[in-house]
Amino acid sequence: MSELTREETEALIQEVLEVYPEKARKDRAKHLAVNDQSIEQSKKCITSNRKSLPGVMTVRGCAYAGSKGVVWGPIKDMIHVSHGPIGCGQYSRAGRRNYYVGTTGVDTFGTMNFTSDFQEKDIVFGGDKKLAKLVAEIEQLFPLHKGISVQSECPIGLIGDDIEAVSKKAAKEMNKPIVPVRCEGFRGVSQSLGHHIANDSIRDWVLDKRDGQGFDATPYDVSIIGDYNIGGDAWASRILIEEMGLRVVSQWSGDGTLAEIEKTPKVKLNLLHCYRSMNYISRHMEEKYGIPWLEYNFFGPTKIAESLRAIAAHFDDSIKEGAERVIAKYQPMMDAVIARYKPRLQGKTVMLYVGGLRPRHVIGAYEDLGMQVIGTGYEFAHNDDYDRTIKEMGNATLLYDDATGFELEEFIKRMQPDLVGSGIKEKYVFQKMGIPLRQMHSWDYSGPYHGYDGFAIFARDMDMAISNPCWSKQTPPWKKRPEVPEASELKKVA
Amino acid sequence: MANIMVRKDAAGAYSFYLPKRDLEDAIVSMEFDTSEKWGGEIRLNNGGAYYIEPQALPARFPISLRARRLDAAE
Ligand code: SF4
Repeated sequence: MSELTREETEALIQEVLEVYPEKARKDRAKHLAVNDQSIEQSKKCITSNRKSLPGVMTVRGCAYAGSKGVVWGPIKDMIHVSHGPIGCGQYSRAGRRNYYVGTTGVDTFGTMNFTSDFQEKDIVFGGDKKLAKLVAEIEQLFPLHKGISVQSECPIGLIGDDIEAVSKKAAKEMNKPIVPVRCEGFRGVSQSLGHHIANDSIRDWVLDKRDGQGFDATPYDVSIIGDYNIGGDAWASRILIEEMGLRVVSQWSGDGTLAEIEKTPKVKLNLLHCYRSMNYISRHMEEKYGIPWLEYNFFGPTKIAESLRAIAAHFDDSIKEGAERVIAKYQPMMDAVIARYKPRLQGKTVMLYVGGLRPRHVIGAYEDLGMQVIGTGYEFAHNDDYDRTIKEMGNATLLYDDATGFELEEFIKRMQPDLVGSGIKEKYVFQKMGIPLRQMHSWDYSGPYHGYDGFAIFARDMDMAISNPCWSKQTPPWKKRPEVPEASELKKVA
Repeated sequence: MANIMVRKDAAGAYSFYLPKRDLEDAIVSMEFDTSEKWGGEIRLNNGGAYYIEPQALPARFPISLRARRLDAAE
């Protein structure tokens, strides 16, 4: 579809808002905006990180999801207990596809679901005893685990269990860390607070455990923070950083271990991929240990090259040369990918609705393929995320914060993008409308999408989604104009 | 009183961070900014204002401080 002008986009927003009752309309109006690159501050155009309106359909998660599902869950050699009723953990089990190496159930536990399976009596009489028993059982059944985190679900906060006391006592007995995390789902407005709570618990219970211990440092130690290794993302990023001559001491938290996290305060630079979920701990390390942090973007060759150079700027000439070497090495491969897919994708439009960093980070990758992002939005962003987005997005494009099911459907119906990037809840709605959708949370069971290797897969996947012949078959035969079947086809049927 | 964090970026500009509300913003003005006396009333880009007890210039940034809210934005 051709681009909308600013006035048209504004009119579209007004039209969509019309169905709401007045109070809701006023509230939602603050969350929808037309991008204006001249604005320095997102606050002037969009409000974010507010409670979702009762009655609308939001796609947000809860604080527990932010802590267990995002930050803690991927730490592979710890056991993360979903403390409370069984559903919260079971329905989200292994859903994020955080890849890891190890033998599941022996020394790694990423895809398993551990829960205290609360019953009525635990709610009435409290679950502390059950937690103590469960911890002892874990120690017996899975002796190679390196520690436990207790991820509180809603009831824990409601009934006032003292998980801290149980954790402290059991940790002493078994001589391994047990981290109580107060990430009850009702806290905050979205999973974003869960990230924050999880970061704080890492700060308070894990990070300083090796302070004052020796460490064979090199001047090139870095850590990768906020990469959850979805479909192998962190691996595709790590090889580039290692190739340019740096040493990756730790990787958070995709394919990460407790020991790596404890060693992070020894590095020289923290490389932060998902700003939203891990900026808290990066700020803490900056203040306490004087480790600077740097946001980088490994989606698409343009942004990768930019990021590699920005990372190298923190180090000496050998690393700077290393970065150039890496960029030059992969350039021919990238040129080949672009030569193959750009002609097929040139000029196609995309609308995104995801969380974390992707609504802004993947824009560059689409642009590398000649595609254009005409609308983007976050589930749980804060103002600082939109500050960073405004510059990435074109003028007069659409921004939507915590979009409701209705708004998103209307926007997409009207703007008719060639591709939508969102999640599983949106996927079949839009595909039934005849618009291809790629899941941009789980990479639609593909990936990795980070790094140079990831870009080749990204390009292929986007092409596969858009160029799939099924989209031309959406109109059922009885609604089509009658056509005379070709003679050869008739013969086949007969 | 709120706990805040003040950072200084590569260009030397101060930025403000309020962890409790996850509010990040640039500091547009600071009442005192000399090595002996630093702090006082600070104004944020979003229109908010906070007061930091004037003190000697902190030896390093970022630094966590207590600040009093004078005028919140929104
Ligand atoms: S909101 Fe509460 S009950 Fe629902 S998934 Fe989150 S922790 Fe579980």
